[in-house]
Amino acid sequence: MTDIATKPAPDAAAPKGDLLSKFDGMIELRETILASGVEDPYNLVMEKVLSPTRAICNGRDTILLGTYNYMGMTFDPDVLDAGKEALENFGSGTTGSRVLNGTYQGHKECEDALKEFYAMDHAMVFSTGYQANLGIISTIAGKGDYIILDIDSHASIYDGCAMGKAEVVPFKHNDIEALEKRLKRLPEDAGKLVVLEGVYSMLGDVAPLKEMIALAKKYGAMVLVDEAHSMGFIGEHGRGVCEEQGVIDDVDFIIGTFSKSVGTVGGFCVSNHPKFDVLRLVCRPYVFTASLPPSVVATAATSIRKLQHGANKRAHLWENSKRLHAGLIELGFPLGTPEPQSAIVAVIMPDLERGAMMWEALLKEGLYVNLARPPATPAGMTLLRCSLCAEHSAEEVETILEMFERAGKAVGII
Amino acid sequence: MTEAEVDERIRALIKPFNNKGVSIEPETTFANDLEFDSLTVMDFVAEIEDEFDIIISMNQQAEIENYGQLITAVHKLQDN
Repeated sequence: MTDIATKPAPDAAAPKGDLLSKFDGMIELRETILASGVEDPYNLVMEKVLSPTRAICNGRDTILLGTYNYMGMTFDPDVLDAGKEALENFGSGTTGSRVLNGTYQGHKECEDALKEFYAMDHAMVFSTGYQANLGIISTIAGKGDYIILDIDSHASIYDGCAMGKAEVVPFKHNDIEALEKRLKRLPEDAGKLVVLEGVYSMLGDVAPLKEMIALAKKYGAMVLVDEAHSMGFIGEHGRGVCEEQGVIDDVDFIIGTFSKSVGTVGGFCVSNHPKFDVLRLVCRPYVFTASLPPSVVATAATSIRKLQHGANKRAHLWENSKRLHAGLIELGFPLGTPEPQSAIVAVIMPDLERGAMMWEALLKEGLYVNLARPPATPAGMTLLRCSLCAEHSAEEVETILEMFERAGKAVGII
Repeated sequence: MTEAEVDERIRALIKPFNNKGVSIEPETTFANDLEFDSLTVMDFVAEIEDEFDIIISMNQQAEIENYGQLITAVHKLQDN
């Protein structure tokens, strides 16, 4: 019943049998945007990266406000030193799977750092966050099991569901009642997994985890929470929204990533489940891929340990988020949430065309934000997504607001 | 409930979603004829689920392309 983001060729211009002709609609859309003279939002090159918050983009000195580098760890001196040392001592890559020759001392240390960070018994490191969701979800929920998920879940969650062949039951975004109705109708004795995200990255809104996890438990479902966009920032120890709402002990699996607050690449799952370690043997996206390079796990472990003591940075990041949110509201931009809920502030654009124009106007001002459009966005919205960093200074946030004001007026949307 | 009764109820539910007033036949498709996007599908499916106290999983939704298939599927599901 659902539509797909592709459509067949409008006429027979493409040669018969061309498997790529199903993307003609997408090619057309892209060409329409580029024909209006806008720089390609999906082809930006950062020629130089000066700091977690500044880069030379397409030849311009640019403030970065769309990188998910929430805690600004990418240039932390201790993190860089750890990476250099590992590169020197362990080489550039492992050339192997975690279960064969790809587990080095650094991988164990990285998993130890995660266990300590979350105060949990088990941790499993994947090569990306995408693979962590893909692997854990597809492995634990198989044919005949049910996955109950928020309709706005990330692509990696949906792909994990499809790979595992479980029955997928979506419910309306952040709707507690819709979740309960579905849990109530499912067979009592079936295996059930409720999949939630702490922060939804498109609008930057937070899930009512406390209520939802209580319902999952009431109906005998296990719970997996993706805390990709909250780790390091939300919660007293930066463990995420489930810590903030006091329900972390009721979560069976937390999924996270190293590519946001941690500042490198990789993914993980932490859990207190006594049988958790068996997943290392049966989880295909863990087994059948090369492990992370030694320098990456060394930077990740160092960064995670530093994030444990990042209370001051967390406080400053909240200040930034609150100021940007309030400033944009004052300027008259409609935002994704009525109040700041995370380090993401989503500015709602009237349509894709003006969204692309606004994106370009900001880039020319020297500001990079994410242009997000359907089908990645909910309700067919076009968004300019701003993700703040703890390293943005208060002055920089004011500069950002001035840029938004000039660009918004130039494009005629405020 | 007979298939005719299921049909009658779903016809009533589909009305607010049928903005273009497309005539509903068994072969009417949701994606092309009714131009339902994924959000509309979610809301419409939720209405049906509540009306019949059933679950139509995404896996089942993927098999349903037209109105006739939907009636058959819902009739079968509410019978269980």
